[in-house]
Amino acid sequence: MRLSGWNVSNLGLTYAPVLLYAGVIGTFGILSPSFLSTENFLNIFVQCSAVAIVAIGMTFVLLTAGIDLSVGSIMFLCSAIAGTSVLHGEFPVALALLFMVIGGLFCGAVNGYFVARKGMAPFIVTLSMLFVARGSGLWITQTRSMNLPDTFRQLATTRLLGIPVPVLVLAVVVITAHLILTRTVFGRQLYAVGNNPHAAERAGIDVPNTLMAVYIISGACASIGGMITLAQLAAVSPNLGQGRELDVIAAAVLGGASLFGGRGTAFGAVLGAVLVETVRNGMNVIDADPYVYPVIIGLIIFAAVLLDSTRHRQLAKLRRRKIRTETS
Amino acid sequence: MTQPVLEFGHIDKSFFGAKVLKNISFVVPSGTIVGLVGENGAGKSTLMNILSGILPADAGWMKLNGISFAPHRPSESALAGIAHVHQELNLFPNLSAAENLFIADFPKQRPESLSLIDRGSLQSRATELLKQVNLDVDPGTLVEKLSPGQKQLLEIAKALKGDPLVVAFDEPTTSLTQPEADQLFIIIRQLKEQGIGVIYISHNLGDVMRLCDQVVVLRDGEIQGAGDSENFTIPDLIQLMVGRELETLFPERRNAPQDEAVIQMHSLSQPGVVHDVTFTLRRGEILGISGLMGSGRTELARILFGLDSYNQGQILVEGEVVSALAPRKCVDLGMAFLTEDRKLEGLLPSAGIVENMTLVGLERFGSRFLGVLKRATLKDKVEEVVRELSVDYRNIELQSVQTLSGGNQQKVVLGKWLLGGSRILLLDEPTRGVDVGARYEIYEKLVELADEGVSMIVISSDLEELVGLCDRILVMSRGEIRASVDRQDFDRKEMLQAAFGEERLT
Repeated sequence: MRLSGWNVSNLGLTYAPVLLYAGVIGTFGILSPSFLSTENFLNIFVQCSAVAIVAIGMTFVLLTAGIDLSVGSIMFLCSAIAGTSVLHGEFPVALALLFMVIGGLFCGAVNGYFVARKGMAPFIVTLSMLFVARGSGLWITQTRSMNLPDTFRQLATTRLLGIPVPVLVLAVVVITAHLILTRTVFGRQLYAVGNNPHAAERAGIDVPNTLMAVYIISGACASIGGMITLAQLAAVSPNLGQGRELDVIAAAVLGGASLFGGRGTAFGAVLGAVLVETVRNGMNVIDADPYVYPVIIGLIIFAAVLLDSTRHRQLAKLRRRKIRTETS
Repeated sequence: MTQPVLEFGHIDKSFFGAKVLKNISFVVPSGTIVGLVGENGAGKSTLMNILSGILPADAGWMKLNGISFAPHRPSESALAGIAHVHQELNLFPNLSAAENLFIADFPKQRPESLSLIDRGSLQSRATELLKQVNLDVDPGTLVEKLSPGQKQLLEIAKALKGDPLVVAFDEPTTSLTQPEADQLFIIIRQLKEQGIGVIYISHNLGDVMRLCDQVVVLRDGEIQGAGDSENFTIPDLIQLMVGRELETLFPERRNAPQDEAVIQMHSLSQPGVVHDVTFTLRRGEILGISGLMGSGRTELARILFGLDSYNQGQILVEGEVVSALAPRKCVDLGMAFLTEDRKLEGLLPSAGIVENMTLVGLERFGSRFLGVLKRATLKDKVEEVVRELSVDYRNIELQSVQTLSGGNQQKVVLGKWLLGGSRILLLDEPTRGVDVGARYEIYEKLVELADEGVSMIVISSDLEELVGLCDRILVMSRGEIRASVDRQDFDRKEMLQAAFGEERLT
């Protein structure tokens, strides 16, 4: 087939996020050669691993056309639990990490219960959880910062085969999530539920259980993200994870997830998180005014979503029936 | 061949004391297509709901292959061998054809507790099912890339998955073009050859006569007639369905159209859509546009209403050249567009009649100061129009229009534009999904409006409807007007030939 103008622009639109990413890297690479070093790229992955992991969990929720606003607070509550149990309960670190995961699963299950079994709006349920989890964490810590033993920091700085542990954790999470979404019955049914819950119900899919599961997964991912953040800071501060839910949603959406459900991938979420961090890192490297960062990141989110909606409109146009073929 | 596969015996069903099914008894022999026809509300859906286990019958029995059959839930009915192909498709466009086929019971790899999908077996089983319905696409194709006809075939493949004894089709052709429908009928006949009992529900009586071996006619929950379809004609069926003679279906015109042109279109073209379209609509004229689906008729209406663009030609409304058409401008010029898809484009489904009807004309009911709405005047006016159109409703403000029948919904859409002061109506498939009785009322109203000087363009796939209603019919094919026929020269065969264009009629 001849490559017509349509095909080219179509191809461009299909791979819009990748092109955007290449553009960002190219720009900073030209502006500052040190940006392109392997070490710097590893650094970018380390910095964004927490957000990327939570964004993967968020993608599961977005696939069902839901939303989870409580992830930032869950990160904090789990960290507060871990800090308290290590410092005051004198539990071993491994057990404290286990408590974090249990905390995340529990908060997710509560979210899921009210959304799936009580039919409440995800926005409201998880907004309530945002306050409840944040408040519980502040109550446990009495709003005091806690400095953690070095074993925590080692979790963030240790390298295996030259790769930092947070990046390895991210790799395990994204591969597992990808396999769940593409290869398991649950994963494929998730796309069906997100596209049309009524039809999914009629097809015999257990919709409430599916919804329950995505909030539990999101809660678990938030607790893992909390672990990494905690290890990187080596301290529980009262504003840990505050506002993180928005970074996470932005990453997932940049990675191609739709707020209307039925669209999104695990690798997309990671790409989104890495893209945001790359911009932040790149501006740091070129010494840009820090106040400009949020402006640029906001504009990039606009651009990505605009590209995406343009692409969908164009594809819909192309798919329209042609009635007559013009002979000219 | 005449072994009964499914039998209904003396089925009764009431809702809140109102009998909706009375003593229904008939047999579906294996390898036979039984057409089930009746107006909306005649009891067809209730009967199908009993068959699929959604509703229990109050009295009576069903037998499947001679064995007593009383499903309590849909899964039980499906397991016993009853499959349904619904009017609304239950497909997921963001998943592949194969995934859609097996969405509720994917083949799994061992160990099954991991619930990993066995992709090899999924692919091969899907390929086999698609072959059964002559659907020549890769099982990995996303459903959003399929045409409406292919989707309908996929839905049938889904129904065939459990080796059904009986397949019930509910209005399967509403979104299909003629060739797609033909393809569907080939598949349905194949099912028949395999000894499957087929129940075929449709408002399109031509299709029913063409396809079905037997027909069962329902009216008000009772069987009015049943037997071999060759013993019936379409007028017979309509009379049984409505309990009224066919001649009265189309009302007489009292006034002939006037000479004055309302819309003139001069050699309008848009590449890939329409080519060199010229016609004139006169005041008080009902102008029909016939043609197959995809002939450009809907697209022409969309251009005329400013929804799509054109790159050549001229449109005059009331003698004035109109450039830069846009829907808002068209409404101001007194035009109205009643779309094919009422649910999607024409109505606010969860709002009441008053709210829906006043959508277009709302500005005319505001007070001069701040545009505060005069609610009382508004309601009076709506009630007047509703009475004129004889809309059947319980509460004019609170009842949401989605609970109205198709015919009543269409009347509400019509009323909305009339209240808005429209004098030029573009009607795309005005009676799709509307039962015969309500159709008559719509025709009557349209003719009455034309007599009063309202001009209209009626697009329809139902040639019978155009012949009965229109003063003149344009036949379109491949985006061009192939024929313009005046009422005294109406000839169905010729018009069909024009509609098929160069292709021969078989």
